[in-house]
Amino acid sequence: MICQRCKKQQATIHLTEILRNEKRERHLCEDCAREEGVAIKAQINLQDILSGMVEAHETAGREGNLKCPDCGITYAEFRNQGRLGCPHDYEVFADPLKEVLEKVHGAGEHVGKLPCRAGTDTLAQRELLQLRRHLQEAVEAEQYEEAARIRDIIRVKETAGETR
Amino acid sequence: MKLDDLISSPSPWLQPGGPQGEIVLATRVRLARNVAGRPFSSRLKSDERSELEAQLRAAVLKALAARGGTWLELPELSEIDRRCLVERHLISRELAAAEGQRGVGIDSTQRIAVMANEEDHLRLQVYSCGLQLEETWRDADRVDDALEGEVAYSFSPRLGYLTACPTNVGTGLRASLMLHLPALVLTKQIEKVFRAVARLRLAVRGLYGEGTQATGDIYQISNQASLGQSETQILKTLGSVIPQIIAYEQQARDVVATESPRALDDRIFRSWGILTNARTISSEETLTLLSAARLGVHLGRLKGIAISVINELFLQTRPGHIQKLRGAELSEPERDIARADFIRKRLGAL
Repeated sequence: MICQRCKKQQATIHLTEILRNEKRERHLCEDCAREEGVAIKAQINLQDILSGMVEAHETAGREGNLKCPDCGITYAEFRNQGRLGCPHDYEVFADPLKEVLEKVHGAGEHVGKLPCRAGTDTLAQRELLQLRRHLQEAVEAEQYEEAARIRDIIRVKETAGETR
Repeated sequence: MKLDDLISSPSPWLQPGGPQGEIVLATRVRLARNVAGRPFSSRLKSDERSELEAQLRAAVLKALAARGGTWLELPELSEIDRRCLVERHLISRELAAAEGQRGVGIDSTQRIAVMANEEDHLRLQVYSCGLQLEETWRDADRVDDALEGEVAYSFSPRLGYLTACPTNVGTGLRASLMLHLPALVLTKQIEKVFRAVARLRLAVRGLYGEGTQATGDIYQISNQASLGQSETQILKTLGSVIPQIIAYEQQARDVVATESPRALDDRIFRSWGILTNARTISSEETLTLLSAARLGVHLGRLKGIAISVINELFLQTRPGHIQKLRGAELSEPERDIARADFIRKRLGAL
């Protein structure tokens, strides 16, 4: 298809405009589209995918209120920022994230490199995450004895992880 | 290595003579990793952030020990130094602009840079000149193994390496090729490239990453998907479009050289004329003119100037480097004057 504006180049941008209830289709080449101020996206933008999904999810409502017990982030917050709060979010938000992962990657399972350390089991990782959160809370509440106790437990767990 | 020496030495990814170096300027492999048992960077409290940075600094320096690693603390660097590191692709714009404790470990050749407390706890990048996907990945893999000997990574058997943004999860790998495609731009066929890569889940962006313009006819092509394929598959897909893109660019070069040699020469020599005579010049105009000069040298029309000098100018004329050279913060008009002076001197003009 040839560009409707310059009538020279191949039209690669296809627009559907709705003006006063009238639908108009336009086919432009990249240069003409740029000159007319049409933004061209050559890549998948996560924010766009997410905000596109927001509406669909808003009607369902449920996912937005999902909250990670470890880092405290809600799915709605994640959708706004595009960044997760902690590794555990992948489990807490597993359902709504499935759609995001499929859109971005087209597939859902890891088939690449594996860490050399055998012992990176997720349970131990989560436990550390929770302990660190309690430590932070203890420090904030000025409960220093409790904080020291938690810090010792973290040290022991960390060393155990390293020597595994 | 001191920061000033680092900034004054040539960037390895801009060395000419790499495989397919005429069109493929450089290869980059980036791995995103997070330390197990900690929240992602954006959720770290300030003291946690400092603690983690200290841990990562030790790990990175150990992993880079045999390669002469240096650690730079971002909060200690001047605005100009940070800008220079971004221009050299050693740190991201995000790391430069972020707040709090963060740093970067760089090897003595400046091919390897590991950022700490970026969007992910660790961002490991390796650069090579020309088209060297496998070699670059192998180096990144090795440094990654060394780092993993020091810190336990956050990993899920199902989703792979867990990252702050789900777009990077899985391998955490983003491989990019930096391409110089002046003839495709000149003949307005660059969308051929966009079409060729779109089907393969590859992204095209400008020289300085997401949201930047493709100035100087330099484009970056990288994989979009990081999950569901192995690292080798990802690299293979990315590499598979390159012969086609190179063929398109060569074809376009032949077309302009045979069909409109006068217009082509006019463009090349007019660019050369401005570069060697301008008294004030913006960084964007510089890139456009350098691109035409680079094409001129490769087509054998512009003689007596080495590609290495032109490649080097792509970097040394950036705003951060011009200010570093002058050793002072300069306003934009001052920079434009300093840049014109520097280019004339470098090209041996009056």
